[in-house]
Amino acid sequence: MSLLHDAFARAKSENRAALIAYLPAGYPSEDGAVECITAMVEGGVDVVEIGFPYSDPVMDGPTIQDAVNISLVGGTKSATVINTVKRVADLGVPALVMSYWNPIERYGVDAFAADFHAAGGIGVITPDLTPEEAEDWICATDSNDVDRVFLVALSSSDERIAKVAGATTGFIYAGAVMGVTGARASVSDAIEGLVAKVRRHSELPVAVGLGVSTPEQAHEIAQYADGVIVGSAFVTAIKKDGAAGAKALAQALSQGLAR
Amino acid sequence: MTVNDLVSVPDLRGHFGKFGGRFVPEALMAALDELDEAFRKASVDPNFLKQLRDLQTNYTGRPSPITEAKRFSEHAGGATILLKREDLNHTGSHKINNVLGQGLLTQRMGKKRVIAETGAGQHGVATATVAALLGLECVVYMGEEDTKRQALNVARMKLLGATVVPVTNGSRTLKDAINEAMRDWVANVETTHYMLGTVAGPAPFPEMVRDFHRIIGDESREQMLSRYGRLPDVVAACVGGGSNAIGIFTAFIPDANVRLLGLEAGGDGVETGRHASTIVGGAVGVLHGARSYIMQDDDGQTIESHSISAGLDYPSVGPEHAYLADIGRAEYRSVTDVEAMGAFKLLCETEGIIPAIETAHALAGAIEIGKELGEGAIILINLSGRGDKDVETAAKYFGIDL
Repeated sequence: MSLLHDAFARAKSENRAALIAYLPAGYPSEDGAVECITAMVEGGVDVVEIGFPYSDPVMDGPTIQDAVNISLVGGTKSATVINTVKRVADLGVPALVMSYWNPIERYGVDAFAADFHAAGGIGVITPDLTPEEAEDWICATDSNDVDRVFLVALSSSDERIAKVAGATTGFIYAGAVMGVTGARASVSDAIEGLVAKVRRHSELPVAVGLGVSTPEQAHEIAQYADGVIVGSAFVTAIKKDGAAGAKALAQALSQGLAR
Repeated sequence: MTVNDLVSVPDLRGHFGKFGGRFVPEALMAALDELDEAFRKASVDPNFLKQLRDLQTNYTGRPSPITEAKRFSEHAGGATILLKREDLNHTGSHKINNVLGQGLLTQRMGKKRVIAETGAGQHGVATATVAALLGLECVVYMGEEDTKRQALNVARMKLLGATVVPVTNGSRTLKDAINEAMRDWVANVETTHYMLGTVAGPAPFPEMVRDFHRIIGDESREQMLSRYGRLPDVVAACVGGGSNAIGIFTAFIPDANVRLLGLEAGGDGVETGRHASTIVGGAVGVLHGARSYIMQDDDGQTIESHSISAGLDYPSVGPEHAYLADIGRAEYRSVTDVEAMGAFKLLCETEGIIPAIETAHALAGAIEIGKELGEGAIILINLSGRGDKDVETAAKYFGIDL
C-alpha cells in the first residue's frame, strides 16, 4: 500500500473525507511554498498536490494563473518542482504533482517518472492528458511505481468514465464544475451523481475538486466522496496571510470533512 | 506509403504520424466527440454540402480568380508568379471558408453561441460576419497587443455585433487569446461552439478546418490545368497556424512534382530567437491540444513568438504541417520582418494589390524561390488576405505620415 492509499484509508477509518491541497511549486517562492505546505499539513491536509507551473494553464482561472506566473517569473524550473516534491515527501505526507502535459514530455516521460519517484513522489495528476494519448506515460509510471491520476468531468459519458477508471491507479479526480479552477459560490448538484457513476466502474477512491473553497462545500462533498480537493482558496489565503493563512484555511476545511 | 495515402491522414484519433491528437481536459472530450460526429455526418450530407456551396458562391464570391503578377515576376528571377486571390473573398481573406463550414455545423449541433480567437483579426471578422449571417451570439478573444496593432478589425467585429474581449495575460497575443477561448469553452461547452480559426488544436479541428479550406487548392488545380495546361512547379503560402497553406496544399499533395513551400514568420531572424518559425526553429511538443513543433524552453514553457504580422505571431503550427515537414513532402522556410515588408511594398507598387502582412511572407518566399528556379518556372502563391487592416502598421514602418 502506498502512502496515498494509507491517507484515504486513515480518513475513512476516522469517518471523514481526506483533504487534498494544491499549491504551485515556487509560489510564493521555492522555500515559501514548502513553508506553506508544511503549515497546511499541520492544519490537517492529508495529501499535497504540487503544481508544475506552466506558461499556458488553460484549465486554470485567474487566481492560479497569477500564482503560476509569479512562480515562473521567480525562476521556477523542472528541478525546482522535483526538489519541492522531495522536501514535501520528507514531511511524511503523500506528495503528488499536478502538471500539464508538455513540461513532462519535454523533461522526458521516463526520466520524469523516474526522477519523481526517486524524489519520493507518489502520484501525478495530468489534467490535459487523457488515457487515449497516455500510452508512453502508462508504461513509464508502471515501471517506476508512480500512481496516475486522470480526471472525469460532468460531461463524461459512462464509456469514458470506464476508460478513465481503467487507466487510473491513484484516485479518480472528479471535476465539480464545468470550467476552470477558482472558487465558486456553489458547486454543481450533478457532482454527487458523477461520483456515484464513477463508483460503478472503480474501487479506487474518488476525490472532488474544481471550485471548492469553503468548509461548507467540503462538508457537502465529504458525504459522498473520499477526498476534497482545494487549490485556489489556498493561493488566496497565502496571498493574504502567508503560511499562517494556509494553516488556518486547512484547519477550517478539516472541520468540514466529517461524515 | 504512396503519395495518395497522404491525403487520407489523420488516423481515427486525429494523429498525423506522431503529431496531432487530443491533449485536452476531459471536460472537452464529449464536445470534441460531438463535433467530430457532426462534421463527419455533414461531410457526406448532400443538403449540407449544397448549403455550403451556395454560400461559397453567392456570399463569399467563389471561385476566387488567379492573377498573373507580371511586373512583380520581374523581381523574382523571371519565374511566373501567380496569385490565388483569396483576398477578394468577402471579409478579405481565406478565413471565411472555414467559418462558413463551422457556422453551419454550429447550427446543426443546435448551439446558439460561438467563440473565437483572433490574431490579426481576420478570423475574428470572419467569425463575427458568419455569426451575424446565421444569427449566433459571438464573442471574440484577442490579445490586447493585437487589438492595438489591428484596431480596424476590432472596429469591424464590433460593427458586426460581436463582443471583443482583449486578453491581458502572457504575451497578450494570439497564443493567449486561444488560452482564454479554451477557458470559455470548458465553462460553456453545452451552449457554445469554439470556432477555432486554424488547422491547429485538438482533433477534429486540424482535419475539419483543412477540409473547409481545401477548396482553395481544388479550385487552383482546375484553374491551372484549364488556363495553363499544367500544374505549377511550386505552391507557396505563409504559415502561422497554417490554414491558408494547408488549404492550397491539399489538392496538390498527390502531385509529387509540385513543390509545396510554407513560409514561416522569421521576425528579427531565427538566429536571434525573436521569431515565430516553429518548424524551422522549434522543437516537438504539445500546445493547445495537439502535438506539433512549438517554441519552448528546456522546461517545456512556451517561448513568446515575435513577428510584425499578428496573424503569424504564434508559437505552434498545425500538426499536419509538422507531419508534411517530417516526411519531406513540404518544405518550410523562414522570412524575416524586413524581407516580408520589402515584398509587401513591391506587390503594392508593381501590381496595385495591397496584401496582408501575413501574405507578404509568402511573396518574399516566392521571390527567393523564383530566383532559384528562374525563367519558365511557375510559382502559385496563396494571396491569403488583403492589407487594409495593415495600413497603419505599414505606414508607420515605411515612415508615411497619416
